[in-house]
Amino acid sequence: MALIEVKNVSKTFPHAGEAKLLRTHLQEQLLGRKRNVFYALKNISFELNKGESLGIVGSNGAGKSTLLSLLSGLCLPNEGQLSVQGTVAPLLELGSGFHPDLTGRENVFLNASLLGLSRKRTQECYERIVEFSEIREFINEPVRTYSSGMTMRLAFSVAIHVEPDILLVDEVLAVGDQSFQNKCYDRIQTFRKNGNTLLFVSHSPLLVSNFCERAIWLDHGALMMAGATKEVLEAYQQSKVNP
Amino acid sequence: MWNGDYGFLLGNLVKKDFTVRYRNMSLGIFWSLLNPLVTMSILTFVFTMVFPSDIKNFPVFVLCGLVPFNFFTMAWSSSTSSLIDSGNVIKKVPVPRQLVPIATVLGNCVHLSIQIGLLLGFTLIFGLGVNRNWVWLPVVWALEVMFVCGLSLISAAVNVYIRDTRYVVESVNTILFWMVPIFYDFSKVPERFKSIYQLNPIAALVMALRNILMDGVPPGHILLLKLAASAFVMLVVGFLVFQKLKTGFYDYL
Repeated sequence: MALIEVKNVSKTFPHAGEAKLLRTHLQEQLLGRKRNVFYALKNISFELNKGESLGIVGSNGAGKSTLLSLLSGLCLPNEGQLSVQGTVAPLLELGSGFHPDLTGRENVFLNASLLGLSRKRTQECYERIVEFSEIREFINEPVRTYSSGMTMRLAFSVAIHVEPDILLVDEVLAVGDQSFQNKCYDRIQTFRKNGNTLLFVSHSPLLVSNFCERAIWLDHGALMMAGATKEVLEAYQQSKVNP
Repeated sequence: MWNGDYGFLLGNLVKKDFTVRYRNMSLGIFWSLLNPLVTMSILTFVFTMVFPSDIKNFPVFVLCGLVPFNFFTMAWSSSTSSLIDSGNVIKKVPVPRQLVPIATVLGNCVHLSIQIGLLLGFTLIFGLGVNRNWVWLPVVWALEVMFVCGLSLISAAVNVYIRDTRYVVESVNTILFWMVPIFYDFSKVPERFKSIYQLNPIAALVMALRNILMDGVPPGHILLLKLAASAFVMLVVGFLVFQKLKTGFYDYL
């Protein structure tokens, strides 16, 4: 039984322009006029079993983030079926629930509840979260005074303590310094060794081949190739050399 | 998909709203008291000195109108834009979206309880005293909160698709200041308009409050029924509309 099943999935977005005007909505509803849409993902299919990890590569605008949004239930596909079993923790953008005027401590609690941790679990994990982030001396300062690296540290520390079945990571660790990045990577490796499932978007071939045994390559919303990480990466990099 | 702790999340969202609003204010929570006090004083001056009216205990009378009206306008307009204000969270974390406008309404309840304190304080100062009909107070307030939650679910969801909604809400609030009997008595309203007035739950609440606090009588059965019916219907319709519209939030935020 596959944990993640994606079957012929397409996702379209309306061209933003006038999409929010009353006129546009009326024309659609009354006159049946179709909006201009573009395909962010077109006819994608793949499966992922428990304990596997999948790398997603592709250039900007390939549909990588849209795919993760679909898998985390933020939006629904326009065509095709998609099923995800188990709890998902999306790390799509670190600290998106942070409020600059709240202190680090208050943000930890807010963010943990947004990601679905219970009050009890948050209180149990709080010390470990702060310990992991290594910014204990600033934890009672408002987050607006933090550097982007410090914010990222705190956000990642919260997210990694959610302990989901499936972790979706969207190139979010680039802000941290070398030692913290290594610490995060160790943490992700442990997460995998415990038999959990990982989807990993990155522009770094080295990271993808470290974390993932399988990979898919997306280009302008289409699935170009799926298979063993090594082969997919080779083909992807080849395409960049000779377009 | 999201199977977290609803209570914990709602509590944190309400706390955030409240903390963020007052953290950088020197007078902090006093602003919640100052605003109705100033408006009350001005209205009392105008309607006892400039246009004298025969209403007794005018400050209490005005507060009975101002406190529910203030809560309604603040809660409704802030929750209408709440989804857009939290757009970055909604697009990145799969939280149950209906909690966002509801948390904003409940955040406003903190101010509401302070202002209710002020209202009750003035009632006592003017020697109107406690009576056993005060047990109706939590009921009528709860009904107003339910009504506002339902209304906000609709306006917040529509506002994602059509951003002009916010301005419609603001205009309606301006009209309501005159169409709710805040500084005049309901009995002054001509007979043929009365039934229209009673359809407005905010006006109904103001009347119920005056019955309880100033006349010491329980609010009328028909008034209560209308209030309860509008609150329940609004809440149910609000959830249904929101459920229908939320699938497109990701595309439009």
